[in-house]
Amino acid sequence: MNLTDFGLAAARLALGRREFSARDLTLAHLAAIEALNRRLNAFITVTAEQALAQAAAADAALAKGEGGPLAGIPLAIKDIFCTAGIRTTAASRILGPFVPPYESAVTANLRRDGAVFLGKTNLDEFAMGSSTTSSAFGSTENPWKRRQDPEIRLVPGGSSGGSAAAVAAHLALGATGTDTGGSIRQPASFCGIAGIKPTYGRCSRFGVVAFASSLDHPGPFGRSVEDCAILLRSMAGHDPRDSTSVDVPVPDYPAACARGIRGLRVGVPREYRVEGMAGEIEEMWQSGLGWLREAGATIVDVSLPHTKYGLPTYYIVAPAEASSNLARYDGVRYGLRVPGEDLIDLYERTRGEGFGAEVKRRILMGTYVLSAGYYDAYYLKAQKVRALILKDFTDAFAEVDALLAPTAPSAAFAEGEKTEDPVTMYLNDVFTVPADLAGVPAISVPAGLDADGLPLGLQVIGPPFGEEVVFTVAAALERAAGFAALPAIRAGSPRT
Amino acid sequence: MSYRIEGRDGEWEVVVGMEVHAQVVSNAKLFSGASTAFGAPPNSQVSIVDAAFPGMLPVINRECVAQAVRTGLGLNAEINLVSRFDRKNYFYADLPPGYQISQYQHPLVGSGALAIELADGTSKDIGITRLHLEQDAGKSLHDQHAEKSLIDLNRAGVALMEIVSEPDIRSPEEAGAYLRKLRTILRYLGTCDGNMEEGSLRADVNVSVRRPGEPLRTRCEVKNVNSVRFVMQAVEAEARRQIAVWEEGGAVEQETRLFDPARFETRSMRSKEEAHDYRYFPDPDLVPLTLDPAWIEELRAALPELPDAKKARFMAEYGLSAYDASQLVAEAPTAAYFETLARGRRPKTVANFMLGDISAALNRLGHSFASTPLFTTKATGALLDMIEDGTINGRIAKQVIEEMEVSGEGAEAIVERLGLRQVTDTAAIEAAVAEVLARESAKVAEFRAGKEKLFGFFVGQVMKAMGGKGNPALVNDMLKRKLS
Amino acid sequence: MPLDILTVRRIARLARLRLEDSEIERLRQELGGILAWVEMLDELDVTGVPPMTGAVAMALKMRPDLVTEGGNPEIVLGNAPERIGDFYAVPKVVE
Ligand SMILES: [Mg+2]
Ligand SMILES: [Zn+2]
Repeated sequence: MNLTDFGLAAARLALGRREFSARDLTLAHLAAIEALNRRLNAFITVTAEQALAQAAAADAALAKGEGGPLAGIPLAIKDIFCTAGIRTTAASRILGPFVPPYESAVTANLRRDGAVFLGKTNLDEFAMGSSTTSSAFGSTENPWKRRQDPEIRLVPGGSSGGSAAAVAAHLALGATGTDTGGSIRQPASFCGIAGIKPTYGRCSRFGVVAFASSLDHPGPFGRSVEDCAILLRSMAGHDPRDSTSVDVPVPDYPAACARGIRGLRVGVPREYRVEGMAGEIEEMWQSGLGWLREAGATIVDVSLPHTKYGLPTYYIVAPAEASSNLARYDGVRYGLRVPGEDLIDLYERTRGEGFGAEVKRRILMGTYVLSAGYYDAYYLKAQKVRALILKDFTDAFAEVDALLAPTAPSAAFAEGEKTEDPVTMYLNDVFTVPADLAGVPAISVPAGLDADGLPLGLQVIGPPFGEEVVFTVAAALERAAGFAALPAIRAGSPRT
Repeated sequence: MSYRIEGRDGEWEVVVGMEVHAQVVSNAKLFSGASTAFGAPPNSQVSIVDAAFPGMLPVINRECVAQAVRTGLGLNAEINLVSRFDRKNYFYADLPPGYQISQYQHPLVGSGALAIELADGTSKDIGITRLHLEQDAGKSLHDQHAEKSLIDLNRAGVALMEIVSEPDIRSPEEAGAYLRKLRTILRYLGTCDGNMEEGSLRADVNVSVRRPGEPLRTRCEVKNVNSVRFVMQAVEAEARRQIAVWEEGGAVEQETRLFDPARFETRSMRSKEEAHDYRYFPDPDLVPLTLDPAWIEELRAALPELPDAKKARFMAEYGLSAYDASQLVAEAPTAAYFETLARGRRPKTVANFMLGDISAALNRLGHSFASTPLFTTKATGALLDMIEDGTINGRIAKQVIEEMEVSGEGAEAIVERLGLRQVTDTAAIEAAVAEVLARESAKVAEFRAGKEKLFGFFVGQVMKAMGGKGNPALVNDMLKRKLS
Repeated sequence: MPLDILTVRRIARLARLRLEDSEIERLRQELGGILAWVEMLDELDVTGVPPMTGAVAMALKMRPDLVTEGGNPEIVLGNAPERIGDFYAVPKVVE
């Protein structure tokens, strides 16, 4: 068996038994990256030297029978997590050659547990997007191909598209992502892997380049639900450096994956049945409900009446916060500087040239909705609707343990599709955005293929800090779905 | 009597409100672990949070909150159990994140009041609208380099309390008294060092004028005035400017101005005139600040005695005049100095001596009751005791103080070395009296003919003859006896 | 509500973004479209609904008043595009 074909949990077991070394595992992944990244563009920066040093440390620990839960596990890190001494770009020109002198809390936790960092993955600039096409470092290609049209370049989803593509193509055993409006779950769905956005406050935002502070959720990708559980257990935890980090113990998530779902009540939010949704997605959703019913869960119809207001609410709140969060990129202390006649000119040129079109659009939108005379009509109103959306979830979780819904309204689309009109592009996030607004945990699990042979994901949403029930239901779904398809482009595949 | 400015055609009343920015006394900054110490090398007290590096987040300093609560309690203000931090968005080179974290909508402290005392002996309450916590900006140096401005972020993120008054102030004197009293209270509480030269206390003065009895007119904000004297001058200068505008048929425009003390005038801050739109919104990196009422009570219980209470007690307990008591309580160390000395001595004598000869000496030395190494309570106490037990008289005491300033010796050593002990020997006094009366026989005749005010002249002459060392009471007695 | 060019310029100025003339018209249309779309929220009556300012309901945690950072200007100056000594340098600001 090819070393890149191991799952995370299996690889960790094999490493512990010294069936192969962390160095071998790392070299195999670096070789795969070397072979495929030129095409996929999943990584912005590959840190081979660092990876081998971390692998050596892991081997030393493993040889002594020690080593953390992730000792020797090669991971890909979304290039929005600051990594000490390693360039961090957020896929923007404006960060220029920025090398942070500090480490994000999440990546520090992964290091603590022995992980090996292969490199930094591509994303939509500042995580603003659903396709990983707005990166200053070029777009990332989805390793999956339409059966009848394998030449078309599909998007991996976004914004964490580089991480999702890397895990799907077996370039890494797992990856980190951030989910602000769906940026973990939607690319997981598009790339046929699992990805969880935990409860807001579960993973520290310290050292994560901010997009929208009240919506940014760091979380993991894995090729299985259990892999996600293992990664999240390491990533999560209270961090006194983040005032929104919650001081709640981290449960044993992997253990939750093995539990049965008999007696659990799973809700079907009727408002997620939107007009124009592909028939295949509706069918897969029904299959998912059937699997859960067979496994002993009770399926209940529930209502989240404000679902359709999620997207417009999100497109007020997120740009507003972003317009303020991105004010720090001014060419004074780090990153790109474009000289100007005076300070204001320097600011305007630096930001005008440093930010891409989508980022500028959102900064302008956010500036507008906060500006004098518009605050109440847009921002304040959106905050109130956000409260109603949260209440929808609170009411639903009074009746059910978890919700099941599709992750995205379509499978991966082609680069260039849906890009003329921003609103059309935004509609991609219709099913993922509400959980971000409410801050509740949600996972995407690959559940089947569409007629083109592209993966489709189902989403399990839980109550705040209900990650365990989310993992339990998702693992049951995963077992029933038996999803075994592989992307056309992957390490060791004949096409490569 | 209320303050009025005489215009070209009638009287005008001045209406003033103040916003004071007071730097909070704390070790670390409001939202980071960098030091607040003054005068450090550039950018040596800057954390990656203060410099707004990507992914950096604010975490509030508990002591800064405690200091703001103490100040609120000291101003008899309501403490809001829930308050919140907002972002005030604007671009400036010394504002790294592009926003200031401040409390716009929901401040930590609500309305309170502060009593000021005026020269005519009356006092007046000035309303406090609110007090909130916010971050200071860094410093831009514009005059160090030909083409560049240099940025030092040492101050960036230091906690400030913005204390906003009601427009209750009606004269330059009240404005000065308000700022002085506020500074006194902050210093008593230890929540701000009140050092205006170092910028720990800065006042923005809002001035408008109106005909007596009229509603309020447009106000202008005179920014960053950095001394009590300049605040008083700025009020007057700005009021006179506005009166002139109105009386010429113009209209005062709401704007921000700067006071130029050298020219005794305010001028518009044209460079800041670009329309501001701060786009305030709740800082999503922070959650609401909720205070435990028990903690507030703990802070309240630990508050020191404040100047108004201390003044009342000094008057009641020590029988001091309102004026002396005010003077003594203006600084907490002065009041403590007084209380140490007053123990076992006559309080009025102690007050007179402190506010008279000792204050004069401290002024000459540039010292204060808190800082003087020379006039410690022990040294001053010894001097007072020598007056009290008749070793020296008040006049000699003055000479001893002057000698202490020069030689740094203690009072007793000086008295011994210079032989300044008071003469109480009646024979010596009688001899000096006899000598003076013999020499001044003409004046003695005048005195006996009814010109009684010459008595002081004879006292002076006798004291002079005795080198100032005569016991004044004995000299008086002897003179009275010999002249009758 | 359709946006006009002047508003786009004013907002861009506020956000310190230099826009090419070609970008402005495109942005005017796109932003106008997004604003028209979000007006969907006007269907809802939110009277009396308290605004949700964040996704986590807890009290603000406070740090002790300890100096734990700073002391090394290189950490904050190391990435500076321009510095003079231990200062950041920017074009001279005339006040
Ligand atoms: Mg102000
Ligand atoms: Zn202020």
